[in-house]
Amino acid sequence: MITTSALQVRYGDTTALHPLDLDLSAGRIYGLLGRNGAGKTTLLSVLAGFRAPSAGSVTFDGAPVFENAAATTRICLIRDDGGLGDPTDKLTDILDMAAILRPTFDRAFAGELLDRFALPRRSTLGRLSRGQRSAFGVTVGLASRAALTMFDEAHLGMDAAARKVFADALLADYLARPRTFLLSTHLIEEQSPLFEQVLILHQGRLLLREDLDDLRGRGVAVTGPATLVDDFVSGLTVLAERRLGPTKEVTVFGGLDDEHRRLAGRAGLTLGPVAVQDLFIHLTGGLP
Amino acid sequence: MFDDRSPIYRQIADQVKDDVLRGVLGAGQQVMSTNQYAAHYRINPATAAKAFQQLVDEGVIYKRRGVGMFVADGARDRLRTERRERFFTEVVGPMLAEAHALGIPVADIVAHLQRHDPPGDSR
Repeated sequence: MITTSALQVRYGDTTALHPLDLDLSAGRIYGLLGRNGAGKTTLLSVLAGFRAPSAGSVTFDGAPVFENAAATTRICLIRDDGGLGDPTDKLTDILDMAAILRPTFDRAFAGELLDRFALPRRSTLGRLSRGQRSAFGVTVGLASRAALTMFDEAHLGMDAAARKVFADALLADYLARPRTFLLSTHLIEEQSPLFEQVLILHQGRLLLREDLDDLRGRGVAVTGPATLVDDFVSGLTVLAERRLGPTKEVTVFGGLDDEHRRLAGRAGLTLGPVAVQDLFIHLTGGLP
Repeated sequence: MFDDRSPIYRQIADQVKDDVLRGVLGAGQQVMSTNQYAAHYRINPATAAKAFQQLVDEGVIYKRRGVGMFVADGARDRLRTERRERFFTEVVGPMLAEAHALGIPVADIVAHLQRHDPPGDSR
């Protein structure tokens, strides 16, 4: 549905996005992970047509996105820095305006979401807290019912209860009206179960694209006496090592075959799973 | 609900199997739909669908088009047979290894088990 071909974005001398070929299918929920400055917001902005590519292309159902109203009315990006209106705008006025601008906008559903997030209807945008502003962004994003809906850290500042309301509303609406979502997040453990597939951006490049559930099985922590562990992991993809006295723990990426599992058993090494968040940290360069 | 380390679909499939094994889900009983499951546990529907497909492939549940998914006849017996085979290697083995490391004689373990589960009481 949305396709990039050799897409590049540069800001002056800085390359924010190196040539990227990406194709997202209709009707899936994608997660976009990356460290601060990895290029997530740049990618989302260019996919939404908020800015032009420096080189290459972004097409939506075959047509270029930038300055193409037919495409951009079917794409909705909610940015973490707002952009929904002026501080003095009333929430209800912003929703009324969105309903006029977007043919697919469901004004009644937006009203329901305001209630579910317990947002004060009579308030202005400027009087909302950070978390309330995010909840309002989610309200606009979901009610847009856009074929491609993107949230840039939709949960920023939301408390735990609001984040659950967000997850429930997203899933319920997705099940009722399947469409494509791309969500960037730093709350990996909490939000990743919502994703079918994750994309990891690192330093402006797509580092990995994989089904979330497959990624969960890809990391293995090997623990035991240091020399035995070293022998065992030679030839495997090692992401990280930690030592505690004579014991060593090595994080290996790529899963283990049966032969390696047998060898580990015979050597008395302990094999343990690795959390997705830890895999992400290791894959993107480890701790500073 | 789910640990963050192993594939969610496998955890879902294991939970349903546990329910069948313990009789919480009886033969012929309808199981939650993929969408209900996804919404209830806040997970991607494709992940839930993968779990139920695995259960169908393993003969634990079956699908009736347009109606739903149901526990297969004999699923509980098959799961019991399968788990019994694994019980000694996966449960008793590690326990004996731990007892050995702690210096607990096997006779003490046997005595303990007999006190808590006298013969005749087991089903």
